[in-house]
Order: sequence, then C-alpha cells, then structure tokens
Amino acid sequence: MSAALKAAPDPEPAPRPLPPWVVLRRKVFSAIVARPQAPGIALVAPGAGFLVLFFLAPLLMMFVYSLLQRGTYGGVEWVFTPEHYQRFGEDLYTTILLRTVAWSVGATVLCLIVGYPVAWAIARSGRWKNLLVFGVVVPMWTSFLVRTFAMIFLMRESGLINTALLSLKLIDEPIHMLQTPSAVMAGLVYGFLPFMILPIYTSLEKLDPTLLEAAEVLGARPAARFWRVVWPLSLPGVAAGSLLTFIPALGSFLTSDLLGGAKYMMIGNLVQNQFTTARNWPFGAAASFIVMGGVLAAVLVYLRMRDRAPGGGL
Amino acid sequence: MSGKLPKWIVGFTACVYFFLHAPMVVLIAFSFNDSKFIEWKGFTLQWYARLLERADILQALQASLFVGVVSTVVATVLGTLLAMGLARHRFRGRTAMEALVYVPVVTPEIVCGISLLILFVAAGIQRGFATIILAHIAFNISFVTVVVRARLEGMDRSTEEAALILGADEWTTFWRVTVPQIWPGVLSGALLAFTMSFDDFVITSLVSGPGSSTLPILVYGMVRKNIEPSINAISTIVLVVTSVLIYLSDRLTREKAPT
Repeated sequence: MSAALKAAPDPEPAPRPLPPWVVLRRKVFSAIVARPQAPGIALVAPGAGFLVLFFLAPLLMMFVYSLLQRGTYGGVEWVFTPEHYQRFGEDLYTTILLRTVAWSVGATVLCLIVGYPVAWAIARSGRWKNLLVFGVVVPMWTSFLVRTFAMIFLMRESGLINTALLSLKLIDEPIHMLQTPSAVMAGLVYGFLPFMILPIYTSLEKLDPTLLEAAEVLGARPAARFWRVVWPLSLPGVAAGSLLTFIPALGSFLTSDLLGGAKYMMIGNLVQNQFTTARNWPFGAAASFIVMGGVLAAVLVYLRMRDRAPGGGL
Repeated sequence: MSGKLPKWIVGFTACVYFFLHAPMVVLIAFSFNDSKFIEWKGFTLQWYARLLERADILQALQASLFVGVVSTVVATVLGTLLAMGLARHRFRGRTAMEALVYVPVVTPEIVCGISLLILFVAAGIQRGFATIILAHIAFNISFVTVVVRARLEGMDRSTEEAALILGADEWTTFWRVTVPQIWPGVLSGALLAFTMSFDDFVITSLVSGPGSSTLPILVYGMVRKNIEPSINAISTIVLVVTSVLIYLSDRLTREKAPT
C-alpha cells in the first residue's frame, strides 16, 4: 500500500510558458468564436465585402465625380462645382427629364391596365395556370435586346407590318412607325408587361375565394366586389409590379435608343452619351445621380404603399 | 381557385399573350426564310450556317459563356453565403446588410454600369474580361441572395435540429441535411443568374474594353447596322438557350424538398 502511495506522481511540473503570439492567437480566436454574432458575420462578410467594393464604392465615386469639373481631354479636374446639376435647368435637359418621367409613368399605368386582367385570368385558370405563368416568365427572361429587335423587325419600314399592309393594298406607302414616341411607348409596355403581370398574379393567387363568396352573399355587386375586396388585397402585388416597371423604365436605355432615336432621348441615353461620345463624365454622373434620386423616391412610395396594404406585404 | 372567367377577360388575355409572343415568333419564323426580305421564299438554314462562318460571332459566344460561367459560380457562392447569414443569424449591422443587398436590385443598369466604369478607370484597372466578370458578379450576387433566401426561409429546420440531436456535428448536418434541401433553389438561382449575365448588354458595353466583346454587344452592332437575317438566327438561338435555362430553373423550384 505504501508502495502505491509512493508511486503517486509528483505534483504537476510547472507549465512551460507559451510564446506570446500563440497566446494572442488563441485569445483572439476564442473571443471571435465565443461571440454569438460571429457565424452570421463570417457568412455575410465575403458577399458584403464584394458589394461594398464593387457596388457601393462606385456609386459614391459617381456622386463625387458629378461635382467635379470636366477635364480638357475628357477626364476630370479635381475642382468642385455644382454646374452639372445646374445644367438641368436648361430647356434641352429639362425636356429629357420630364419626358423620361412622363413616359415611365405612362408605361407603368398602361402595363397596370393591361396586365391586371391578365393576372386575374391566370390566377383563375385552373389547370392552365402553370403554362400561362411560364408563358409570362419566358419573355421576362429573354434578352431585352433580342425582344426590342423583334419590335424593330415588325415595325420598320421594310418590316412585317408595313409589308403586310402594303401587299394587302391597305396603305400606299409604308407607315413610319419607328423613331417615334409611340414606338418607344409600345416598346416599354412590351418590355415590362411581364414584370407587372407576375407580382399581381402572385398577390391574386393568395386571395381567399371565400371572401368574394361572402361579399356576394352579402349582396355586393360585381364592381363593389372588385374595388372593395379584390383591389385592396392585391395592392402589394400592384405596388411591386409598378415598382418593377417604373424603375427600369426610368433608367431605360435600349428601348429609346433603338426605337426612339436621337430625337427622343431619355435620361439613360443622355448618361450613356456623356460617357461615350460626349466625354463629359461629371455631367453624365450628375444625370445618373438624378436617375437614382427618382428610383429612391419610387422605392419610398412603394414602401409606404406596402405598409398601408391590408394583410401585410407580399 | 378556378371560377368561371368572363368572356371578355379570356379574349383580352389571349390578345395580350399574342402581343407578348408574336414578335418573337415572327422573328424566329423569318430566321428560316430563304430571302433577305419579308416575302417568304422557302425554308433554309443558311442564316444559321452563316453564323458558324463568322469567327467574331463564335468568339463572342465563347466569351459570353466564359463570363457567364465564372461570374455565376462566384455570385452563387457569395450569394448563398449571404443568404444563409441573413436568414439565420442575428448580428449587428444586419439591417444595413439587408439594405446593401437589396439596393442593387432596384438600381438601373445604366447607373450600375457607369459607376463601375468610373471605379475601373479611377483605379487604373484595364477594361476587359476581368472587369466584365466583376461587374456581372456585382449585379448577380443580390439576385442569388434573394432567391436562395426565399428557399431557406421556406425550409423546415426541424430536420437540422433532428440531425444535431442525433449526434451529427454542424459540418455534417450542413452537407447531409441542409444542402440536399436547398440545392434546387440554389441551382435555380444560378441558372437565372447565368441568364442575366448571358443577356446583359448595358453594363457589359460600358465596362468592356476593345477586343472583349460578348454576344449581346455583337448583336447590338448587328441590329444597328441592320444586316441580314443572321440576326434572326442568333436571336432564335439566344431565345432557345434562355427558354431551356428558364424551364430547368422552373422545374427545380417546383420540386418539393425531400421530407
């Protein structure tokens, strides 16, 4: 027994001191891992970092550039001036601004009027639903450039519409359809209609049919049933669809470039022009910033509408 | 929810679908026309054959595919990580992060494009395929994040909890339980991101350099110069590729998660 006691190990030898960098490394790692926020931040960091670097920073630089003076050979001089924003008071540029807003609002309203009944039809189409939705989704994702060209193919003087009408002897001369405001409007509606239809459809699909039945039973006429039951409940979809139509229309470039021509510039064309041919980067940046302003205003309106809609968001 | 629809709505919807699809159908039809003009002269594949002869088109197609694949892979990885972080974890600055992710979605392409152009020129980065890829990743990350996050939030977490209770560690749980349930959503988002990259014109044209043409840039040039029905042929190809990708993406989102 005393042998067992004698075999008890010596008291712990004094621990060898660790090098300071190892101690520091361990402490930092434990500190990070112990915090409950660590996993979330770690997951989000790479993507967020990329966005900050390649999205946020460029936007800020764009803002700074809009306040600088244009350099003689097309670059920038580091002199601050508000002249580029002031230029928007000139007739030419005010026209472009107003035209852009007017056409964007117009296209949005048209898309709403045309798209709402279609969304309603899809929501109530039963077994055709998937096919109809697919029929809206495909144009939405097809190259905008290709779709705009399809419009050109139809509408140009040697295009299908004119050729058909001429051969049917309904007209003597080709109708000049392109390079007009109507062409741009048609192009905008054609381009953005799917973006209006889909969110409204999503909203309407969630509509509880028993609500309508109840309204009918309680004596409401069709118009009342629509305006007092369906419309308010579809507002989140209407708001989303309107936003998804208005914003790209505001920043629209291809449609007005290919279907409108130089006489009917929208802000997007002005911006592109300044960065390519005109080589006035600060002015282009200012125009671009104004577009962002319009977009932010639209988003704020959207958020207000969404929060006011019964039943919460989409 | 399929009550009877008033006749006028059915008729109206038919007209709208016609308006939406007729231009593309016409475009495709005339890509097979044996004539440079609108009159139908017979069926031919010559315009497609001509595409194969043009080295610049083949090069642009290759460029578009390369840019598409690289930017999609990176955007999908970063976006999925972002989605997981936002959907499941609380941390300081989370609201700011959410805003950061959603702003690119509402930013018009022209704004994105020129701001990136300013960045690249100011930083002295040579414009070429690298800048195009970076730009495509930038606008695709947010998109993938939104799609994957929707999928994540619809996922039942009890399967993960069960796995953890049964003794699996986080790593195993992620790969054996979480990934099988979210991969259709991730792949669906990736396919859509690839489509967006493949079709992008505005941003790409601004950040590309000489010699780095993608397919949309080439097509734009062709549309402006109004050449022959080869444009119809290339448009048809683009449409078919897009439709296939969208169809696959659609099927993936329809699949129910394994229970």
